[in-house]
Amino acid sequence: MSDANKYRDILPGGRHWSFLARQGTTLELTDVEGGGNVGMLLYNPANPLERLNLPDTLKCQHTFKLTAGHCLYSDMGRIFCSITADSVGWHDASSGTCNAGIVARKWGSTNYQEARNDYCRNGRDCFLIELGKYGLGRRDMAANVNWFSRVDITEGGDMDLAVGHSTPGANLTLRFEMDTLVLMHTCPHPLDASPEYPRKPIAYALGVAPTVAEDDPCRLSREENGRGFTNNALYLLGTNAAESLGESS
Amino acid sequence: MMRESSLLVGDAHRVEVVGAGDYWMEEVRAGETLRITDLKGNQAVDTLFFNADHPHERYSAFDTVREQRNLYLTVGTTLVSDDGNPMLDIVADTCGRHDTLGGACAGESNTVRYALEKKTMHSCRDSWLLAVNTHTQWGLTKRDLTHNINFFMNVPVTPTGGLTFEDGISAPGKYVELTARMNVLVLISNCPQLNNPCNGYNPTPIELAIWSS
Repeated sequence: MSDANKYRDILPGGRHWSFLARQGTTLELTDVEGGGNVGMLLYNPANPLERLNLPDTLKCQHTFKLTAGHCLYSDMGRIFCSITADSVGWHDASSGTCNAGIVARKWGSTNYQEARNDYCRNGRDCFLIELGKYGLGRRDMAANVNWFSRVDITEGGDMDLAVGHSTPGANLTLRFEMDTLVLMHTCPHPLDASPEYPRKPIAYALGVAPTVAEDDPCRLSREENGRGFTNNALYLLGTNAAESLGESS
Repeated sequence: MMRESSLLVGDAHRVEVVGAGDYWMEEVRAGETLRITDLKGNQAVDTLFFNADHPHERYSAFDTVREQRNLYLTVGTTLVSDDGNPMLDIVADTCGRHDTLGGACAGESNTVRYALEKKTMHSCRDSWLLAVNTHTQWGLTKRDLTHNINFFMNVPVTPTGGLTFEDGISAPGKYVELTARMNVLVLISNCPQLNNPCNGYNPTPIELAIWSS
């Protein structure tokens, strides 16, 4: 773990949270027990109509999986965050999130009256709650990332969730390239076939990133990302952040 | 999967051509069948669906592929809404595979994908934004524009997790046909992208035909 981390916390399995990640900060996620899943959505707090766009993210980097060196793009051609470290190698960006129907079908219905805070939350409701905190709603929902999960695709297009993909202690680091509203939950991946509702805690740490170097691996991993960083520098023109992205002129 | 339709265009109650780079925003009623024909071949048709009675319920790309546990759309696919409701069934398809992972082109994403000076080229998102801001009776805005279907587009995933944009598997006269299971609002952008092979570098018209139930 990086010494630059200023704050550490653990999100228990099946829970949700959100926060503002400022430009130049990092978020480190650790799958404490292995087999975890983190659903995540990203928005621009200055204008939440700008949101994570996974189709744009995948096609501009010609990738189906997400791993170190990749950037997560908004629909406005800007980079919310870069993946600066990743011990997992493959994160899912194609399956969406579980909803109440999926959870009930797989693991039965539970409610707060019976189970108190161990009732089986679902990812969609978690996102709706976190969106609501910022005056957002279902219309603002987009396709989410599932950190720590891998979905394999056969030649014919069949989708299979890899079992045992993420091991205890697996971790990744996101570096935010602009202010970003981060919504996350620790509900199971929607293709999870575990007999019991999986409750996998996720440790997270917030820190401060060094200035993005000219030869930063995420900036150089593809020509497209160089242009994405240029878009961010233009967006941040006149702020110190623009210089930290290496576009001081 | 390929399956030809038994419907005859002469029996359709509505037939029209949508030019390259134009949009089409109309309601299709439950039970009606919509055919989209790639008249000249290699044309991407960027399409969104909304529940016409409650337009904030909309087509969900990722719920659709996950529920069928397959990434590609063809005969047998049920298009699912963000509430998990069936919206339309694909009932005929002479192309065999359609994409719902690649999203739509926009000026802003063109700056990243191709060059910063491409930002003013016509794009699918421009067509959609003009459509929702012209046909305001539906109450839709940019908030409601999400991940679409690219009919006739081929975006295969490689075993190592790469994404490739193959030259179209479509050809002149290929079509896909959908039967609506609820009243749906259809929002099509007949893609104007000139920077990649999705339209064979030459966007062309499509034909829409609608049959009563």
